Amino acid sequence: MLTREYMLNWAMIAALLFVPLAAWTLDEPFIITLATKAAILALAGVGLNIALGQGGLISLGHAAFFGIGGYAMGILAAHAQNYEPLFGWPFLFEGSNQMPLIWLVAVAASASAALVIGALSLRTSGVYFIMITLAFGQMLYYFAISWSAYGGEDGLSIWVRNEFPGLNTLDPIQFFAIAYVILCLALFFAARLARSPFGLALAAARQNEDRVEAVGLTPFTLRLTAFVISGAITGLAGALFADLNRFVSPTMLSWHTSGEIMIFVILGGVGRLYGPVAGAALYILLEHLLGGISDYWQIFLGLLLLLIVLFARGGLIGALAGREKAHG
Amino acid sequence: MADAVLRTKKLNKSFGALQASRDVSLDLRPGEIHALIGPNGAGKSTLIKQIAGNIAPDSGKVELLGRDVTALDTVARARMGLGRTFQISALAMEYTVLQNAVLGALGGQGRPYRLFRNVMKDPALLEPARDALERVGLSDDAGRRTADLSHGQRRQLEVAVALTLQPKLFLMDEPMAGLGSAGSKALTGFLDDLRQEAPILLVEHDMDAVFALADRISVLVYGQIIATGTAADIRANAEVRRAYLGEEDAA
Repeated sequence: MLTREYMLNWAMIAALLFVPLAAWTLDEPFIITLATKAAILALAGVGLNIALGQGGLISLGHAAFFGIGGYAMGILAAHAQNYEPLFGWPFLFEGSNQMPLIWLVAVAASASAALVIGALSLRTSGVYFIMITLAFGQMLYYFAISWSAYGGEDGLSIWVRNEFPGLNTLDPIQFFAIAYVILCLALFFAARLARSPFGLALAAARQNEDRVEAVGLTPFTLRLTAFVISGAITGLAGALFADLNRFVSPTMLSWHTSGEIMIFVILGGVGRLYGPVAGAALYILLEHLLGGISDYWQIFLGLLLLLIVLFARGGLIGALAGREKAHG
Repeated sequence: MADAVLRTKKLNKSFGALQASRDVSLDLRPGEIHALIGPNGAGKSTLIKQIAGNIAPDSGKVELLGRDVTALDTVARARMGLGRTFQISALAMEYTVLQNAVLGALGGQGRPYRLFRNVMKDPALLEPARDALERVGLSDDAGRRTADLSHGQRRQLEVAVALTLQPKLFLMDEPMAGLGSAGSKALTGFLDDLRQEAPILLVEHDMDAVFALADRISVLVYGQIIATGTAADIRANAEVRRAYLGEEDAA
């Protein structure tokens, strides 16, 4: 059935493709870079939305996964560019500047971190869960600051963007294509997940834990699985974000970043599949337009967030497409 | 006598100075409805929670299908075949009626970690779900949002979700509560047949239903079972009349 939300989703994902394509023909690389940033941040939000929207897990620590993905890129690429072996046993490994391998490492590292952080945090709920995820994020943030081998507070710069077989990643439109395709794949995956047996049980655990237990399913393992998937996707976004900037720093791990990822989700609409796309695009747009007027543009962002939370609980998508219907 | 499906052995549970369960021993046999009645605050809910696994007894044992399950949690007991309905409807309110039933079928099937299949197009889940809705008379409401159901329909859905689990026994906490006389009569008829499928431990305030349905009745007062017997035994029991039924004849 063609609902308004369905059409809105297609319009958004099409706009995210056509704006940079138009910018490419008009030779405006800066616009392409903005669109790339929006796609990557949307990807981070798609990750968070699986935990937050589908699972009801209010994680204020997703910067941890975003940053781990970023450092996975930074560390692998730094070793590769300096020809310093990362380790010599059991085989000699000199790092890598190949995106597919970097992504694999970023996903594996952030998923592992999510498994540990989730296993400990999910024993609590409500405000304690928020605080524990926040605490884990901040621990990693200060760890990165003190880790002088990889730049400490100054972060880590990469001279050349990493490579993808068959593409010139330094060409903005080609790098955009990579980010865009990954975003689309993640959206497809999140949509399938929401409609799967796992998604049904996960969202039921958010609505009524007793019911899920009474039918013989364990809320804890459902949530932990969701948290790991969520962290892995946000970690992949982190690797791409670092590659976009050719730079990774502790800022990616700070709780501001966690808050920003959450803002994308809330702006777009919590639990709305394409909410993070709307949210991240709006955020980038505001940053670009209002940032030109004032350095304090986030005042307006705060105001907008306030209005959305007060008057449009379904976020931007909720305001445009109406209340979510029960899926039949 | 056939082996009991459920047996509690000398369950004790205290909350501070309040002793909510005092040497509670009861059993549920195949094919029967065993009703548990008692005044408010008698410890019925505490007992139900110990049987379902929400709280651990201070001492005593719970046995399901001949196995000691005292150390097992609610999920493990549900998987063993304990189908529970709650006193206050515990349903996924954002879901449709059918989705709630499918959730039950998914739990009964026990394989929730499939990330790609469309759950609402899986015949192995839809068939038992639709079947259960049909049996409680909710087929026409399958597409409605659970939050939009009437109180009585939610109670029906609770029973339907329990049915999808194909349990070995039912644990029903006041399924008639707030149903009205017509609804309560319909559910009474339904439970009457259901006992052939799996025995029911029924906690209920509706005395008409209890006396019409129960093969055996246990009376809980101040955490203690003061009598167990047939409806006639319980009616005739002087202690029960004094403690619970009061002056008036409840039948």
